[in-house]
Amino acid sequence: MSTAEALKAKFPEDELVFSEFRDNHRVAVPAAKLMPILSMLKSECGFDMLAELTAVDYLEYEGATDRFGVVYVLLNNTSGERLILKTFVNDPNPSLPSVYSLWKSADWLEREVYDMFGITFAGHPDLRRILMPDEFTAFPLRKDYPLKGRGERHNFPIVTRADS
Amino acid sequence: MAMKDKPDNIFMTTLDAAASWARSNSLWPMPFATACCGIELMATASSRFDLARFGAEVMRFSPRQCDLMIVAGRVVMKMLPVLQRIWLQMPEPKWCISMGACACTGGVFDTYAVVQGVDRFIPVDLYVPGCPPRPEQLMAGIIALQDKIRHGGTLNGTEFAKRDQSNGPTPYDSDELIRIREANEKLISLN
Amino acid sequence: MPFEVSDLAEMDAPEKEYLWTLNFGPQHPATHTTLRLILTLDGETVINALPHIGYLHSGFEKLGEHLDFNQYVTIVDRMNYISPLANEISWHHAVEKLLGIEITPRCKYLRTILAELMRLHDHLLNVGTTGLDLGAFTAFLYAFYQREKIYDIVESASGQRFHTSYTRVGGVMFDVNNAWVDKIRDFLKGFMPVHAEVHRLLTRNRIFIDRLKGVGYLSGEDCINMGVTGPLARASGVLRDLRKDEPYLAYPDLDFKIVAAKDGDCYARYLVRMQEMLESVKIIEQCLDNIPEGPVNIDAQTHIVPPAKPSVYRSIEGLIQHFEVMMPNRGYETPREEIYAATESPNGELGYYIVGDGSPRSYRARTRPPSYIHFAVFPQIIKGHQLSDVVAVLGSLNIIAAELDR
Repeated sequence: MSTAEALKAKFPEDELVFSEFRDNHRVAVPAAKLMPILSMLKSECGFDMLAELTAVDYLEYEGATDRFGVVYVLLNNTSGERLILKTFVNDPNPSLPSVYSLWKSADWLEREVYDMFGITFAGHPDLRRILMPDEFTAFPLRKDYPLKGRGERHNFPIVTRADS
Repeated sequence: MAMKDKPDNIFMTTLDAAASWARSNSLWPMPFATACCGIELMATASSRFDLARFGAEVMRFSPRQCDLMIVAGRVVMKMLPVLQRIWLQMPEPKWCISMGACACTGGVFDTYAVVQGVDRFIPVDLYVPGCPPRPEQLMAGIIALQDKIRHGGTLNGTEFAKRDQSNGPTPYDSDELIRIREANEKLISLN
Repeated sequence: MPFEVSDLAEMDAPEKEYLWTLNFGPQHPATHTTLRLILTLDGETVINALPHIGYLHSGFEKLGEHLDFNQYVTIVDRMNYISPLANEISWHHAVEKLLGIEITPRCKYLRTILAELMRLHDHLLNVGTTGLDLGAFTAFLYAFYQREKIYDIVESASGQRFHTSYTRVGGVMFDVNNAWVDKIRDFLKGFMPVHAEVHRLLTRNRIFIDRLKGVGYLSGEDCINMGVTGPLARASGVLRDLRKDEPYLAYPDLDFKIVAAKDGDCYARYLVRMQEMLESVKIIEQCLDNIPEGPVNIDAQTHIVPPAKPSVYRSIEGLIQHFEVMMPNRGYETPREEIYAATESPNGELGYYIVGDGSPRSYRARTRPPSYIHFAVFPQIIKGHQLSDVVAVLGSLNIIAAELDR
């Protein structure tokens, strides 16, 4: 039984949107059903590795209806099958359940998504900023944040020869 | 120079020149290697290029033992306070080489996180351009710095005391302009 | 055998004050670049390690949204700077998958040769610095001399010794000639004795074995659960290599083996890397023997690659076509689609998630950096070991800070 059939058998079909592009098999799921679907994929379909977790800000994307898309790339190590699972969250207060309980690799990947996009993951053991300094307030990979920043990179004391 | 009425093995010189000569040939670099340039710094110190030929091979990773800081690689917001602290920890006299385009100007990384040139926040004596500079270029830089020390150095470092202002470009200027222009364009496109 | 952390739980409460905290990095020679660890120590035993990263975060992914597919290659170069070309090949592999381009056979072979040279490049440095961190300086110098020779090879192909920016969408910057092929043959001839020499210096060296064996154990299940790939996973017995499992470039035609070990400790990782170098040499030799003739870029009529220089200089059509490709505001149509594509970089699975919005510029260019995922494993595998093992484990994980932080 293929993964798509297994998913369709367990969850209502109209909630899952299957698509294919080149060799990528993708499915879009509603955020509310994310956790049951992922845990079923892990326990029943053998997707034992979370290869990648990332997010996309669709603010300026033509024809997009949701603000953030969160992407899970799952991998079945025995069969080599990949599945790309996608879900959408919206402002204000975008939030998803954490999948740390299923795959430990989600730990840092979720922290990075939180750091860059401000999407919170409920149930994550230690959701802090990871790449940016703690005192940083913006979320840099959001589309409304400028490439060159808002001047944070200039905001340091100057050490001259006289000081040192 | 040797004097006529003195034996051949006695030389006369100023104290400054003697000190500068000694200092210039015994530079102890502190490799502040953050990124790609750090690998070229390693290449400079290892087999083919062998920095030891120019008397600057004693890489010391403790700032207290060094007198030449080589900032190799881009310095980002989170790293800059560390850089400044390490610079302050180094004993006088000390020099700083900014190695690579990223350390000099930010290079290709004109982004929110990268400091646009370390010379805005710490004093820099010599810039080595390139992305990353070839080892030969870094060596040329070190030789040029030795030259600078030999010709301008003083025993008690008065040449440093004169420079009481930041010798880098003033921050804000161009970036502020760009940001204002971008904001204006956005306004125009909205109207 | 390191003692269990749970053994310590009993003497937890009142004596807790004698545990002390050590800050390691971000500027420390053994971290190679910029990592920071907060270690909690009981005497010399590491009870807990808390990594702090981001000391080299420079906004690669944000830049990827502002540069087009060819321009961004200069940035991905600077990601894993131990093996720059492997990043380029991976990036353009993903872009070509998005655009649906099938590159020419010659280009496939050429990129395979370069990818494997980069694997040598990476593993040489890793083996060398692992030795260096443990006090064996000679192997480092030997390894670096071979790296210089690879730099020369790469330089004669692309004109730059370090950050080559060599690949392009649908091909490479310049084709190579037979002299270049001979140069690689020469290099391989000289490489084998050096590899054997490093083996003799390190593999059975008593101190080296004592420092690495049994240190930093990672089980196969943990590897999978924590997303670890590449030499690290293979050293723990996970037989996964994208070159075999999801073949790309010229790998389906080539005869090579996946190197794996069972032990899962630092020494196994060292052995896997050493053996992988020999497999890479085998792959390169096969490629050199079979490299096909023909064009290296795809057909210029696709308007994705610039036409050949003679036609640009001598005909107006060629000039216009060149202009159309090069000008940022012209460009070509790309699908409004999203793709995840990965290659086996020297460090593990290097993937790109690209969102295309119809322009020759990605809407989102996400990297799946192996170093980032591997470093998350560190706190788990260092627990219960000695302070001096921190250096050995860091070396064997091969964390590249620019890839870690991007």
